Amino acid sequence: MHKIWLILKREYLVRVRKKAFIVMTIVGPLLMAALLIVPTYLAEESQELRNIAIEEDGFEFTNQLEDNEFLHFSKIPQEKATLLKEGFTESNYYALLHIEENNFTLYSNQQISLSVSNGIENQLEKIIEHQKLKAAGIDLTILESAESTVNITTKIISEDGNTTNSQAEASMGIGFICGILIYMFIFMYGTMVMRGVIEEKTSRIVEVIISSVKPFQLMMGKILGVALVGLTQFVLWILLTFAIATIAELLFMDASSMTTELNAAQQSVLLSEISSLTGGINLIQIFVSFLFYFLAGYLMYSSLFAAVGSAVDAEADTQQFVLPITIPLILSFILIQPIMENPDGTLAFWMSIIPFTSPVIMMVRLPFGVANWELALSVGILISSFILTTWFAGRIYRTGILMYGKKASYKELWKWLSYKA
Amino acid sequence: MKEPIFIAKDVVKQYGDYTALNKVSISVPKGSIYGLLGPNGAGKTTLMRIINQITAPDSGSLIFDGVPLEKHHISEIGYLPEERGLYKKMKVGEQALYLAQLKGMSYTDALAKLKFWFEKLDILSWWNKKVEELSKGMAQKIQFVVTVIHEPKLLIFDEPFSGFDPINAAIIRKEILELSENGTTIIFSTHRMESVEEICDHIALINKSQTVLEGPIDEIKKKFTNNSYEVITANKELSENDYFSIISKKDTTFRILLKEGKTQQEALQSIVAAMEIISFKKEIPSMEEIFIKAVNNA
Repeated sequence: MHKIWLILKREYLVRVRKKAFIVMTIVGPLLMAALLIVPTYLAEESQELRNIAIEEDGFEFTNQLEDNEFLHFSKIPQEKATLLKEGFTESNYYALLHIEENNFTLYSNQQISLSVSNGIENQLEKIIEHQKLKAAGIDLTILESAESTVNITTKIISEDGNTTNSQAEASMGIGFICGILIYMFIFMYGTMVMRGVIEEKTSRIVEVIISSVKPFQLMMGKILGVALVGLTQFVLWILLTFAIATIAELLFMDASSMTTELNAAQQSVLLSEISSLTGGINLIQIFVSFLFYFLAGYLMYSSLFAAVGSAVDAEADTQQFVLPITIPLILSFILIQPIMENPDGTLAFWMSIIPFTSPVIMMVRLPFGVANWELALSVGILISSFILTTWFAGRIYRTGILMYGKKASYKELWKWLSYKA
Repeated sequence: MKEPIFIAKDVVKQYGDYTALNKVSISVPKGSIYGLLGPNGAGKTTLMRIINQITAPDSGSLIFDGVPLEKHHISEIGYLPEERGLYKKMKVGEQALYLAQLKGMSYTDALAKLKFWFEKLDILSWWNKKVEELSKGMAQKIQFVVTVIHEPKLLIFDEPFSGFDPINAAIIRKEILELSENGTTIIFSTHRMESVEEICDHIALINKSQTVLEGPIDEIKKKFTNNSYEVITANKELSENDYFSIISKKDTTFRILLKEGKTQQEALQSIVAAMEIISFKKEIPSMEEIFIKAVNNA
């Protein structure tokens, strides 16, 4: 155990000190923070109040067009409208709405934003609709009372008779994020293990090391060390993303001269919304399962990646062995969407049981609610396949790392399994 | 003969259909410098890997220092493989510490011993350099140090001088001999026969997965020595007589072979009586000749 610890420590420190790691750790949260902030910023931008001038004979439409948070309408005389068309820039008008009979034209000196033209269109459509209904002799008060809104509450009845609110959107969101994260983690750090093995082989240090430790210890030390690198990066990303987002938001809020009270009020609304959204989802179960599938999936795949690394002399030769390993992984990635549509289907069931796809797919399904026996089966199968693949990879690994200049075939790998250590 | 530190008996190792070692037996006396010789692909590396427990034999027994070879013996064996390297991106000192600790040394012990060896070989200034900044010869020196750092009872060197320039090879040779004088047993594998004759006292010759020859080097030489002599005369033709026959001649250099039951003195006297002799020398085969002869006979 002491030797595995030494190896783990080296593998961890070497990678964490690398420039690429530090750069990725800083750039990652910046990108994520940008993803969080830019939409908010853009949304704020489009909410700015816009003055729309109206040019109309009479007041038929002018009186019915209503101001809202984004649009302010004002009628201007004909001569002023002609002047405006020549010089928008000096005026404080965003656009000019020209109304003639039932023809509407919107003039501006810039590309008119879709939300503005949609907003005006909606209002005009409603006005004309009302006119037509009136003309047909339908009382508007009746019409208003007939308007109704329906909200369906979906509930899940579990076997013990308890009902919980089902929240498809939140489930989808959580499942999707968890699935994608596990997919990324396995891919990035699995190949990192593979490259580490190849590096040891090509630099010819491997025989020096395995005269001191068992090949299996070297392999496990490396896999665990890299897992720790991944977890470190992950935790740093989360912390930094929040830190950056918070700082940026504070700066941004100051600039937009919003009161902090409003901010707090908004936040509390947001929080209560989140808690009501996730009310039906067992967050603790998801968190624990996420950690489990995250690690078990990685451990299973990375031992296979290590075996591939041991069988080749250069990274360029890995293709033929890497492909069969990554196919189930890529397949589960592609199928995230369809499985979210039908999280209890046969496909979803089997893919969350088969160990090569279960880490991603089970995490996608879990927020929608999965029977305990299915989860237990999936976990059990994943653990036993993890043990099996590690054993299998270890046997290939210990022979492979000492084979130089020999192009390994699948037949060859099969033979290696039978060699006595 | 001193008691052996390592014995391999009837060791068999197969890789699929290929037999790498077929009932190989060697016995390495304590304190000896033991040459492990053989052409490429004879099975030397496999045998060394078995001694280091990198791989296990299919059958046969292994005895280390009087007891069956076990996992913990790893800290009493040092191995410098032929395929050797270092982590290129790692600093020299850090890497040497890591490898020494993997051998079971404590951090402080490893640090003290490394400083001692680095100073001895005058390479202390490399401590904070990255391995990729070093030349191949420099890296080899570090590999040598990390092989011997834990003061093992048995050291195994596979082609230790390859990659060294003559000056550094001489330094390493001196260090190996010093280790041997201090009581360390050394197994030494090479193709370079001149270094075998220089430093080994025992050898084993492995060919086609089998031991062909084994024993002290002087005994083996005696075995391969027949009664042949090289005679150089002062411009006189030498002719065969009752005491010897001529194997070959080149100018006035003759190779003669004593006839059955005749002695060196009788042959010499018979020549001296007839002519002046410039040189009269018993032919002792070099290791290279023995090597070729043994491999071809097998």
